[in-house]
Amino acid sequence: MFIRHSTIEKNVILMAVLTLITVSIGGMVQIIPLFTIESTIERVDGMRPYTPLEVLGRNIYIREGCYLCHSQQIRPFKDEVERYGHYSLAAESMYDKPFQWGSKRTGPDLARVGGRYSNDWHVAHMVSPRAVVPESVMPAYPFLATRKLEFGDIAQHLKAMRAVGTPYTDEMIANARADLEAQVNPDADTTALEKRYPRAVVGKFNTETPAITELDALIAYLQMLGTLVRFGDLPPDRLRQ
Amino acid sequence: MSSNTALAAGPSPAPRYVDNVIRAAVVLTMFWGIAAFLAGVVIAAQLVWPQLSFDSEFLTFGRLRPLHTSAAIFAFGGTALIGTAFHIVQRTCRARLFGGEPLGWFVLLGYQFFIVIAATGYLLGITQSKEYAEPEWYADLWLAVVWIAYLIAYLGTVLKREEPHIYVANWFYLAFIITVTMLHITNNLAMPVSIVGTKSYGAWSGVQDAMIQWWYGHNAVGFFLTAAFLGMMYYYIPKAANRPVYSYRLSIVHFWSLVFLYIWAGPHHLHYTSLPDWAQTLGMVFSVMLWMPSWGGMINGLMTLSGAWDKLRTDPGLRFSVTSVGFYGMSTFEGPVMSIKAVNSLSHYTDWTIGHVHSGALGWVAFIVFGTMYYLVPKMWNRPGMWSTRLMGWHYWIATIGIVLYITAMWVSGIMQGLMWRAYDELGFLQYSFVETVAAMKPFYAIRLLGGVFFLSGGLIMAYNMWRTIRGEPEVVSARPRPALAA
Repeated sequence: MFIRHSTIEKNVILMAVLTLITVSIGGMVQIIPLFTIESTIERVDGMRPYTPLEVLGRNIYIREGCYLCHSQQIRPFKDEVERYGHYSLAAESMYDKPFQWGSKRTGPDLARVGGRYSNDWHVAHMVSPRAVVPESVMPAYPFLATRKLEFGDIAQHLKAMRAVGTPYTDEMIANARADLEAQVNPDADTTALEKRYPRAVVGKFNTETPAITELDALIAYLQMLGTLVRFGDLPPDRLRQ
Repeated sequence: MSSNTALAAGPSPAPRYVDNVIRAAVVLTMFWGIAAFLAGVVIAAQLVWPQLSFDSEFLTFGRLRPLHTSAAIFAFGGTALIGTAFHIVQRTCRARLFGGEPLGWFVLLGYQFFIVIAATGYLLGITQSKEYAEPEWYADLWLAVVWIAYLIAYLGTVLKREEPHIYVANWFYLAFIITVTMLHITNNLAMPVSIVGTKSYGAWSGVQDAMIQWWYGHNAVGFFLTAAFLGMMYYYIPKAANRPVYSYRLSIVHFWSLVFLYIWAGPHHLHYTSLPDWAQTLGMVFSVMLWMPSWGGMINGLMTLSGAWDKLRTDPGLRFSVTSVGFYGMSTFEGPVMSIKAVNSLSHYTDWTIGHVHSGALGWVAFIVFGTMYYLVPKMWNRPGMWSTRLMGWHYWIATIGIVLYITAMWVSGIMQGLMWRAYDELGFLQYSFVETVAAMKPFYAIRLLGGVFFLSGGLIMAYNMWRTIRGEPEVVSARPRPALAA
């Protein structure tokens, strides 16, 4: 070699610089192409940023550490596709900050839980999991059903996400609060909401109370998971990475 | 590096060292160890009896699990690393810590403050939801400041050393501090919603975020839990065994190959996910290659005992360290096996991963910390030895049985659940519903809990022994030397 190792052993700055170079290579090779190779994210229709209500529901999912027991990533195996649905696409988590793929399935995968169970089932299950599934080891979350959702700063949330790349428009930010309230109000006119956020699930999710609770937001998020991409009319070559 | 300072300091250099910080770090390490093991026992119990969250939002598994992992990795492991780094760097460089007591205390106490704000945040639900990078932006910023101070203290001390060579343990600590800086900053870039609020949104999203997170996550294992603890091995095992490191050449090869290869292994956490195949395959290939430098390190550690194996009979502290290197070898063999895609398709998302992590965290990390502390406590408090060698032996066996119960239970439950998920009946339907596979885990979760209780009990014995030693009572001498049990 060009330098004897004893030279490095006697010069800590040289050693530090060489170490930094050595540990940088692997990460650069693996990470940078994911931003530059266009096919990394499949070009499928239907993906959109989360609605304001879904954003706050997702934040509750994060706050409660749901990802520690539930994955959101269906692998392309026969048994997983039969159990959970079409395998997950990179495109389906393109607006996820952070991603929620998870690393452990103490409970089942939730990547396509949207629409699988009724809102009432979710309410009953979150309040008392073992009342619905006797063998479940999930903690009970009764406090979500009664606690009012705080959404005064919802526009701030969308702005912060836009600052780091999520394509929220000025219109979406200006209407954030109204959109949130409309999504959880069965009597509201949701035409504008559904135009901004196609396929948003609308309704009073937690029917136990008229107030907008944390559980409303969480169920709104769960009910849309994995529902945005329509796989029926998707040509297979669009799925190629 | 003038020799005048060395002469001026006199023949006994000990008073020059910043040792109070190290003593505090030793006690704090023990405290966080107990806290981490206790949190682990609590969440293990919750998986057997889920009612133990008492419908409280502060006691759910989802909030306590980051508390457990952060307490184990960052509080217990990190505090041990700061203390031992300061101990090793001063002794092997024969130089007082750069920045002296003020910088030393800033690093140690600043790090404790980080742990406290992170941990209290978890209980309140403040988390980024990135595994092992849960603390939110304000805690991350503070940690970056503390960490750079740590780097300055470390580098500064090596720069003013009075030894021409930088001892091998320092290479590993230095690589750990540098790499963690890089990983921490890149993975935690985020935009706060408000400067007075806790919530932030990360700079990365989706598949790129997943890759960056596991590049970080795997190298939290590779550099925090491996490289740095190898530095510990390279100093304390030769010291305790009173033998030189087995092979100098092997340590060079082992060091550079380990730091180069580890960084590539992250994608094995994302096999068969939406991460593109080329990245998964790269991750697998490098993970398998990692087996070689890992075992190079294990061989170097174990063979250092050549000619001193008899000490294992008389020094349970050294027995801890040597067993830890054995566990290191086992986990670094198991890891590459699990990174092979075909194996991973079964093991991923199951308890097998949890068992693998604990054979590393309990068997390797905690055991080498125990061995190091049993060496360090008498040295730092000027005692002839630990208060009770017998209690050290008790700790060793209770902890070892605890680990064995833990990892065997997780092997069985993990492989069983993986097989149940993919089982088909004779009519071609999935044989088990998901919840049937959950119910089948129960006995193994109970065994795991028992293993955890054993490990925690060992930790309490150690804390008691440490307390008696520090209080300075005369050593308990057994009536006759106890014969070692056959290995």
